[in-house]
Amino acid sequence: MRTAIAPLELRRPKSIGDALKMLRDDQELVPIAGCTDLYVAVNFGTLVGSRFLDLWSLEPLRKISATDVTLTIGAMATFTDIIKSRHVRKHLPMLVEAARQIGGPQIQNRGTIGGNIANASPAGDSLPVLSAADAMIVLRSASAERRVKFTEFYTGYRKSVRRPDELVVAVEIPRQNGTQWFRKVGTRAAQAISKIVMAAVRDPAGPRIALGSVAATTVRVPKTEAALARGASMEAAARVLESEITPIDDVRSTADYRRTVSANLLRRFWADTSRPSP
Amino acid sequence: MKLTLNGAEVDVEAHPMKRLLDVLREELQLTGTKEACGEGECGACTVLVDGAPVCSCLIPFAQVEDARITTIEGLGEDHPLQHAFMDEVGAQCGICTPGMILSAIVLGDKPSLAQIKEGLAGNLCRCTGYEAIYRAIQKATYGRPPATRRRSLGVRRAGDK
Amino acid sequence: MTAVGTNVKRKDGIGKATGRTKYADDIVFPGMIYGRTIRTTIPCGRITSVRMDFDPAGFTVCDHRDIPAGGKNTVALLVDDQPCLVQADVRHVAEPVVLLAHADREKLLAANVVIDYARLTPVFDPMSSTQMLKEFTIEKGNLKRGFDGAEVIVEGTYRTGHQEHVYIETNGVIAVPEKGGIAVYGSIQCPFYVEKALKVLLGPGRYVRVVQTETGGGFGGKEEYPSMLACHATLLALKANRPVKIIYDRVEDMLATTKRHPSIVRHRTGLKKDGRITAMEIEVVIDGGAYVTLSPVVLSRGGIHAAGPYRCNNTRIHARAMFTNTPPNGAFRGFGAPQTQFAMEVHMERIAEVLGVDPVKLRERNALRPGDTTATGQVLKDDCSALQVLKEAVKRSTYRRKVAKYKGTNRGIGVALFYHGSGFTGSGELKLGSKAAVELTQRGVRLLVSSTEIGQGTRTMHAQIVADAMGISYEDVEVAPIDTSIVPDSGPTVASRTCMVVGKILQRACEELKAKLGGVSPGEYFAKNGPLRVEKQHVPPEWITWDEDLYRGDAYATYAWGCNVAEVEYDSDTFEVRPIRITAVCDIGKAIHPAMATGQIEGGTGQGVGFALIEQVVMKNGAMANSQLTNYTIPTTLDTPEMDIVIMENPFPEGPFGAKGLGELPIDGPAPALVNAIRSLGLDVREVPATPELILAAAGSRQAAERHSDEMTYGAPLAVAASL
Repeated sequence: MRTAIAPLELRRPKSIGDALKMLRDDQELVPIAGCTDLYVAVNFGTLVGSRFLDLWSLEPLRKISATDVTLTIGAMATFTDIIKSRHVRKHLPMLVEAARQIGGPQIQNRGTIGGNIANASPAGDSLPVLSAADAMIVLRSASAERRVKFTEFYTGYRKSVRRPDELVVAVEIPRQNGTQWFRKVGTRAAQAISKIVMAAVRDPAGPRIALGSVAATTVRVPKTEAALARGASMEAAARVLESEITPIDDVRSTADYRRTVSANLLRRFWADTSRPSP
Repeated sequence: MKLTLNGAEVDVEAHPMKRLLDVLREELQLTGTKEACGEGECGACTVLVDGAPVCSCLIPFAQVEDARITTIEGLGEDHPLQHAFMDEVGAQCGICTPGMILSAIVLGDKPSLAQIKEGLAGNLCRCTGYEAIYRAIQKATYGRPPATRRRSLGVRRAGDK
Repeated sequence: MTAVGTNVKRKDGIGKATGRTKYADDIVFPGMIYGRTIRTTIPCGRITSVRMDFDPAGFTVCDHRDIPAGGKNTVALLVDDQPCLVQADVRHVAEPVVLLAHADREKLLAANVVIDYARLTPVFDPMSSTQMLKEFTIEKGNLKRGFDGAEVIVEGTYRTGHQEHVYIETNGVIAVPEKGGIAVYGSIQCPFYVEKALKVLLGPGRYVRVVQTETGGGFGGKEEYPSMLACHATLLALKANRPVKIIYDRVEDMLATTKRHPSIVRHRTGLKKDGRITAMEIEVVIDGGAYVTLSPVVLSRGGIHAAGPYRCNNTRIHARAMFTNTPPNGAFRGFGAPQTQFAMEVHMERIAEVLGVDPVKLRERNALRPGDTTATGQVLKDDCSALQVLKEAVKRSTYRRKVAKYKGTNRGIGVALFYHGSGFTGSGELKLGSKAAVELTQRGVRLLVSSTEIGQGTRTMHAQIVADAMGISYEDVEVAPIDTSIVPDSGPTVASRTCMVVGKILQRACEELKAKLGGVSPGEYFAKNGPLRVEKQHVPPEWITWDEDLYRGDAYATYAWGCNVAEVEYDSDTFEVRPIRITAVCDIGKAIHPAMATGQIEGGTGQGVGFALIEQVVMKNGAMANSQLTNYTIPTTLDTPEMDIVIMENPFPEGPFGAKGLGELPIDGPAPALVNAIRSLGLDVREVPATPELILAAAGSRQAAERHSDEMTYGAPLAVAASL
């Protein structure tokens, strides 16, 4: 463990309001939740920041609820909460599938969807799901609340439009039409960082497709979606897809593999969802 | 800071950002919980917090205020899983065993093999190839060792058919 | 009621399952401080300056000048070429330069040491390295005549990469000043190796005692490396005059300590059309890293096993180990044999493909039988079981039915036949002269060996042998703690020798002790006459002859034999291979404890699965770039196939109760069996790890081959994927 703990500070707000005031008054506070990524940085000595804001015990942020039109998941909902939630199982089964493939039980018990969103890793497994679902991220500060489309949330590698005085408090997902599809390709069968991760919805109004680990952020592929919507062949659509992603070589995989497999997954999504749903 | 540790209420002083793993091993001198990677990959540091298995290397101490924590020491020395792990050779070198047992406890009664595998997917073992761990859990939860129909032992000499 | 052959309760008690058992990092000594190692960051060059950029208050600092006057700046092993602390000459990234100790771990961590270098050009590729570490040639018969008699010749090159042990407990020791010298406690496979290294470091006449703490896995990774760590902790402890604990975190352990040797093996084989081998020419190259460590012995075992469990009258094996500017490679379960037998078995599969012969029949035709000679000219006896394990594995796995069933599907099935010499190579056991002792206690017998329990069941298995050899109850047998001041040197806990060699010495010691008791029970004798101890030394079978220079003769007293059948499922979208089942049939002579023996086979098979499919060391600039468990992935429960284990017992007459070596055999088979299963799908894979990225390339070249040939046969392999 390569971080000196003594100099670190932790603020422990008793309510969301408290938390937002603390953040307003000290915008260098780093919000923390389940810590499944933060404490890896603590271990490796790569921690950025020295003052932290603990959101973990803010129970109201853990709530999952649904209306006819919207599924709302609180930022502190863990992946285990999501897997067990009858609302998520009913409305967004592809998110349940993604949650089941994040790490293993220990990580699912602590990782939160808010953390996954705010951490902004291009490999975040829940993120393509939220992207393909056209989710809205709810941001709150001490003075205001706003909603940002998920597809407009990230601006670059680990960068988002979240202001330093804002917290991600929830994600709102509209009712989905069409079959949901999810596939993660990891470095092994469990406890794996994704090499490619894809979520898609075969909406009769037009498919929605998002991928992770193939660019600096999670990406939607609108040109590919449009090609498929207007009836282009799979080969043509696959070529469009390859032009919309920018995979790299890294310690886990190669750009060539990511490019090839992304195209294969697109074909597989299309074939899998071409059968009439029960 | 107050919490319930292995059934007993305790008041422990430690830096709020100190890893729960370190608080257990140092302030509380409970060394049954092991560090083997520090990155939440191996599960050797698994403890139960409010009944759920988590990696204690990834938890800041402050976040277990008022929580119920169970470490391997909290199981005592006579738990069926403990006996089964030793009897079925589910433990070879034993370093992964405390974490393995705590992950196994939440599988409940008579888990299927698929449930066992999924439930232990966050606990690495390098000695056993996992098979004997499944046998141990099956013995402890089904009350009998699993059928050994697939194993045989025999003497074959040169010239035997 | 005998103990041998039954699943007695392990001598370890229940402590591993209750958290009571203490490993190195669980142990504290009064006044103990912590150590840290400052390492090089370049692969090749010279250190031009070292600057301590921190407040020295409370620090103990050691560098090469702190090695005692009568000692040597080396970590003694086979050849004293590896420095304990670098003076100037840098040969790999992560070489130790400076040691720091402090009571406060945060201050220790914050200390900054600045090292400047003059860089030289490093060599990373063993094939282009000009620095030879060792070479030898095994010759049998007349190679030219063998090739002249061949009707077909098949060539191929096969590769294996580094493999990291990932013992779940990392390396760690505590050095404690004692009696003017040092006592070192630690996670150690070979306490007498450590003792010897400390004596060389400190110079003659210094008090040294080494104690093994409960060890969380070794697999060879704690055979030689702990000597380095013990030397470091000792230097700090002696200078500070306080106990010093050094525990590596996972990153440092993976970056700096030994790994399995990468290999490149080239085969050229002459055959008759019906598959009989007439000539074998094999080139073995292994990457030793920057220092000698154990590479000569890894090369020996790898070279000797390179021709596989097959008979051939005309064989030449040329083996060399090369230096590169990478951290030295070292012992890892199998010790060269997994690498060379990977090559042999995948080559056999390719031969079957070229000849259009059934892969099992090809192996049957060529498998060694009693009376045949190996490549070193060793005549095998009745304890040779190649055909039996092959037949049993084929039957047990319903291989032929599966081949038919899987044809044209996305499932594949493959076979590997393999063997593993038990004990040290050649005259190694004679040179070791291992000792074991037994002594009376108030109720029974205590056994004294330096063989370590590292999970495999040493304590239990030795106690079973002693119980039955003495004719007493297993419960009345104790095992002495592994402390070099108490136990004799039984040699290292490696080379599949702990049961067969050391167990045998114990058996003979018991026979002599029992005879001295004259029919009286140990307790009675002890009460009447007091203590009695018998120590015996290993006596190799008298029929063993070995020429060290020519590599001719009896390389091992006996061999264990194995056959794996592996079944896989292939995803053509992602090029991922999922192992479904491995059937492992192993002849180990005698299963002293059947459940523990099964556990060794299952565990070795699991490690073989990782070696074959998902364990990849990514090297960048001569160092491991993925030295985190997140990025170096070993199999989880979901990556490990169902295993069906069959133990066969074809006894070795000179082993205790017929036992042969067991520990390493199981890891020789899974990689080639899995790759052969992948090959059965038409994917030309010739190296491991067979990652999806590699299989993507093979799938690409399969499509290219399909486009260029009229029929999809395996008949043009010499032209296909020659670059692999």
